[in-house]
Amino acid sequence: MYDGPFFTDDHRAFAATLRRFVDRDLTPHVAAWDEAEAFPREVYGQAAALGLLGLGFPEDCGGTPGDPFLKLVAAAELARAGSGGLAAGLGSHGIALPPIVGLGEPDQIARLVPPVLRGEVIAALAVTEPGGGSDVAHLRTTATRDGDDYVVHGEKTFITSGLRADLLTVAVRTGGSGAEGLTLLAVEGQPAGLTRSPLKKMGWWCSDTAHLHFDGVRVPVANRIGPEGAGFLGLMLDFNGERLGLATMAWAFAEVCFADALAWAQLRETFGRPLIHRQVIRHLLVDLRMDIDAVRATVERLAWRVGQGERPVAEVCMAKNLATRTLEHVAGACVQVLGGAGYMRGGRVERIFRESKVLSIGGGASEVLKDLAAKQLGW
Amino acid sequence: MKILVSAKRVSDPNARLHVAADGRWVEGDVEYILNPFCENAIEGALQLAEAHEGTETVVVGIGDEDTARFLRQGALARGIDRALLVNADEAAIDSDLIARIYAAVVAKEEPDIVLLGKQAVDCDSNQVAQLLAEYLGWPQATFASKIEVVGSEVRVTREVDGGLEVLGLTLPCVISADLRLNEPRYASLTGIMKAKKKPLDELELDDLGLGAATPKVRVVAMSTPPGRVAGVMVKDVDELILKLRTEARAI
Repeated sequence: MYDGPFFTDDHRAFAATLRRFVDRDLTPHVAAWDEAEAFPREVYGQAAALGLLGLGFPEDCGGTPGDPFLKLVAAAELARAGSGGLAAGLGSHGIALPPIVGLGEPDQIARLVPPVLRGEVIAALAVTEPGGGSDVAHLRTTATRDGDDYVVHGEKTFITSGLRADLLTVAVRTGGSGAEGLTLLAVEGQPAGLTRSPLKKMGWWCSDTAHLHFDGVRVPVANRIGPEGAGFLGLMLDFNGERLGLATMAWAFAEVCFADALAWAQLRETFGRPLIHRQVIRHLLVDLRMDIDAVRATVERLAWRVGQGERPVAEVCMAKNLATRTLEHVAGACVQVLGGAGYMRGGRVERIFRESKVLSIGGGASEVLKDLAAKQLGW
Repeated sequence: MKILVSAKRVSDPNARLHVAADGRWVEGDVEYILNPFCENAIEGALQLAEAHEGTETVVVGIGDEDTARFLRQGALARGIDRALLVNADEAAIDSDLIARIYAAVVAKEEPDIVLLGKQAVDCDSNQVAQLLAEYLGWPQATFASKIEVVGSEVRVTREVDGGLEVLGLTLPCVISADLRLNEPRYASLTGIMKAKKKPLDELELDDLGLGAATPKVRVVAMSTPPGRVAGVMVKDVDELILKLRTEARAI
């Protein structure tokens, strides 16, 4: 699995650790967690102990810096549990923390970040509003200065880990219209005036998703991340990494679907022969394999470029679209190969099929990313 | 206190092995894992070290550079302080020679406790700890399910038929770890990164005075288990009992 030019013994050792963790501590429970629409908080602590939560964060705030291929390995191994909800919930700090690490004061970073990387505090990013998702520059949630506090009014929606989060990185408007008026606030605990409501979803059941209502929530000015007006800049720190992460996740889940479909096709006999002997199935599986390999090659090449310090924005947008589109059709085709068994709740392919759509929407909808790619390419 | 632990790589029990052309070893695309009982020994050493400040833990492996990979990723990455690799051809040594190699390493390192996996899951010989204790003239406790250091004594609990047996050993001693001794921790990413910088020293058999040593046991032949035979349908219970008695000799 990790035998290409980008992988070393470190990657394989981390993969072996994760594989064991996933097989022993996650996979046996995933179906029950999904039905219960929650996974235990302890899983954060377990993942933190392995270094999974701290991966990519600086050492001085409790992280383990590593190259992008460690993230690829992490996504691929975590995907084997067969639950995007689990991956999304465990990874919600992956977009909540980079703006804090990038823009925060040293004392803010030292106070807010390490408990999250230790798995003690759940962190979430709250940007999207009922009035608009990808249109970040036009957010309406306001924060008005009152003494040493900001007073926040507004609504956020589709917030991953929003129900359980002890730390919310919230984008608010402190200034005029447009991107220049945005500021980030770190909202800790459960302040008065913050109401959280659970949202039911097509997939990702075990990850909580919330609608947040801010009704005069007071946030100390000391919890402002970066200067007023730096909010959009902070969020920009997230976008590329998040999109490459989602592309990687989509690839990883396509691999899982394919593995299950292939195994089933080799096992399942119809009319006296295994499915894999039927040309229509053999050719389908080869087509899927080709598509997944193309995604993998794209994701690996971009991971390499990011590791070289580049910021390939257009290419990452296109990679996310390619990967999520591929997952949508791979997951659908794999359910079809599994037939009735693939339609039954509890299996990985059925779950991933339901979860494939969110990846084409979250972190920038395909349509928005296409336009952004074109703009970035100067068209 | 100083604890010496073992780390042996074994072929993955789930892998399909092929007998080599000479019929005396295995070959092919063999995937290796760290012997699970060695993982228990490593975890046992780490727990003792955590409970007793100032304890040094050293892992010993016998083999080639692939064994070194397991020393780093299976032992150093989990928290063992340093590693020793004894270069030797794994196919050309037996349990007795392994015990003699350990005895020579013990003479150099002078540990208080040697904690080994009770057996390696490839050849299942279960001999090294016992032979080593004999060569060293040290007390031994095999199949440990619990280890406690109480003063100058080590108390080892062993699961025996129908109950538990607790042995008190004086230091230095040899202990072999059973599966129920502990639940081995995962090697964390931080541990994997740190392991690269920990010392791993290599020793040759010559360094240990064993350059001319030969194994006492020779592998004469290896073969794969016979393939499963198709089931037989029986007409009635009488025929089943007859077959169980005359063919399977099960009753």
